[in-house]
Amino acid sequence: MFQNIGEMLLLFWRTIQALPFAWRQRQKTLDQLFEIGNASLLMACILSLFIGGVLALQAGSVLVQRGLGNVIGGMVGVSMAKELGPVMMSILIAGRIGSSMAAEIGSMRAYQEIDALRTMNINPIHYLVLPRLLAIAVALPLLVIFSVMVGWFGGALVSAYNQMIGISFEAYFNNLRQVVDVGDVANGLIKSFVFALVIGVVSCHQGLQTIGGPRGIGRSVTKAVVNSIVLILILDYFLTRILINF
Amino acid sequence: MSDHSKNSHSVSVQVHGLRKSFDGVPVLRGLDFEVHRSEVFVIMGPSGSGKSVLLKHIIGLEIPDQGEILIDGESIQKPGVMDKVRMAMVFQSGALLNSLTVGENVGLYLTEHRLRPPEDIARVVAESLEVVGLKGLENRSPSELSGGMKKRVALARALVIEPQLILYDEPTSELDPLMAVTIAEEILNLKRRTQVTSIVVSHDRDLAFGVADRIAIINEGKILFIGTPNEVKNHSDPLIKKFIHAELTLDRTRTTP
Ligand SMILES: Nc1ncnc2c1ncn2[C@@H]1O[C@H](COP(=O)(O)OP(=O)(O)OP(=O)(O)O)[C@@H](O)[C@H]1O
Ligand SMILES: [Mg+2]
Repeated sequence: MFQNIGEMLLLFWRTIQALPFAWRQRQKTLDQLFEIGNASLLMACILSLFIGGVLALQAGSVLVQRGLGNVIGGMVGVSMAKELGPVMMSILIAGRIGSSMAAEIGSMRAYQEIDALRTMNINPIHYLVLPRLLAIAVALPLLVIFSVMVGWFGGALVSAYNQMIGISFEAYFNNLRQVVDVGDVANGLIKSFVFALVIGVVSCHQGLQTIGGPRGIGRSVTKAVVNSIVLILILDYFLTRILINF
Repeated sequence: MSDHSKNSHSVSVQVHGLRKSFDGVPVLRGLDFEVHRSEVFVIMGPSGSGKSVLLKHIIGLEIPDQGEILIDGESIQKPGVMDKVRMAMVFQSGALLNSLTVGENVGLYLTEHRLRPPEDIARVVAESLEVVGLKGLENRSPSELSGGMKKRVALARALVIEPQLILYDEPTSELDPLMAVTIAEEILNLKRRTQVTSIVVSHDRDLAFGVADRIAIINEGKILFIGTPNEVKNHSDPLIKKFIHAELTLDRTRTTP
């Protein structure tokens, strides 16, 4: 997968150069945004609720035994904002949106639609890649904000209603507010913005690289999702390492 | 249809020593020919002889391994040359964008390059669809059309571009004989209206002899012969004869048990 990194960076660079044409592609960008929201909001909500819940459950039972129940809010708050919100949402979006980008562009490639665009002097990067990359770069951070808040709420629910823990909403959110600051949330947003670009570039690149018919499209979709997730998890370490100094 | 033209004169095409291999397998093995301004140049040849690949080179979708293609004397590899000339290609498979409606497909060139206001585009699209006998199908999706209808939409999409050079890849395969005649007429009409230079790839002998100014026969990536329809008909080369005069002569008695 790494031999294509150069090509992907080139595609990314060309898309950046196409940015002055973004306004022209606003309708397509909005369509993509709408599609991403439509396809992932409900799933994001359920997923985040349970992630927040399980965090509170795992940590809470241990902390309460040691008389530290009052720090659950801050713990769930930080984990969700800095790590689990951005990473989990990115993986979800890689599977849900990255796959459909690769499939859509891949089938356009396989069935000569992209050739047709080029004969009409329509640049596939302006027409296909730019709107998708813009949409995902806007949508994923927004989705992460949503996910973090739902996750906090999930943690609060479990903390309050699980008999082993029994920390009130008020105590939970008081601690959360003390511990979590804007920087923690910004940290998660920066990560998710980078991950969004990774998903968009990897998936569009795989789509454009498709060779052959249905089997080739299938291969591109699988590669797009797997490569996105691997890159996200590797980059997550390095981004965390960099952002820890701020 | 009229004038969003930068320049509307027709162009000539020259192909010099064109060679192309895919994965080491030679497909085009040194092609040389010239297509004159406003000419209808028909390319015939057996399936797999490299006709579609040749068209893709002319419109810049494939890059030659060797040789060059000149449009009005300028190599298409030179930056800017392709942007100066309006070209269109009618793909063998249609190659319509499946995510758009028929009308959006036909108007795509005008919309994306912002050549006309939307009401104008709608009118041009309607006219163009009428020419190919698909009046009023603007809101259909390409997936609802038959193969032949897709091909006619692709032709309508090419007409809207008002090209100086138009490439047709098998424009009449998949069409019924009546529609094939309509398309042949439209190829000639377009030429009369706009002096467009046309390159037509086809197996259809009636179409070829009906519309061609000159015909090229290609086989295994090489040109066998170029000449007027009459010269081709009366040529003595056995390979050309076999291809041009192939008839359905099956021994029907053997198929019954
Ligand atoms: N992108 C490609 N990669 C590898 N081989 C290719 C490619 N495109 C075409 N070929 C090969 O080139 C040869 C010529 O193909 P082409 O499509 O030009 O044939 P054709 O003359 O148009 O045939 P038909 O009349 O059946 O359309 C075929 O053997 C085909 O397998
Ligand atoms: Mg062909």
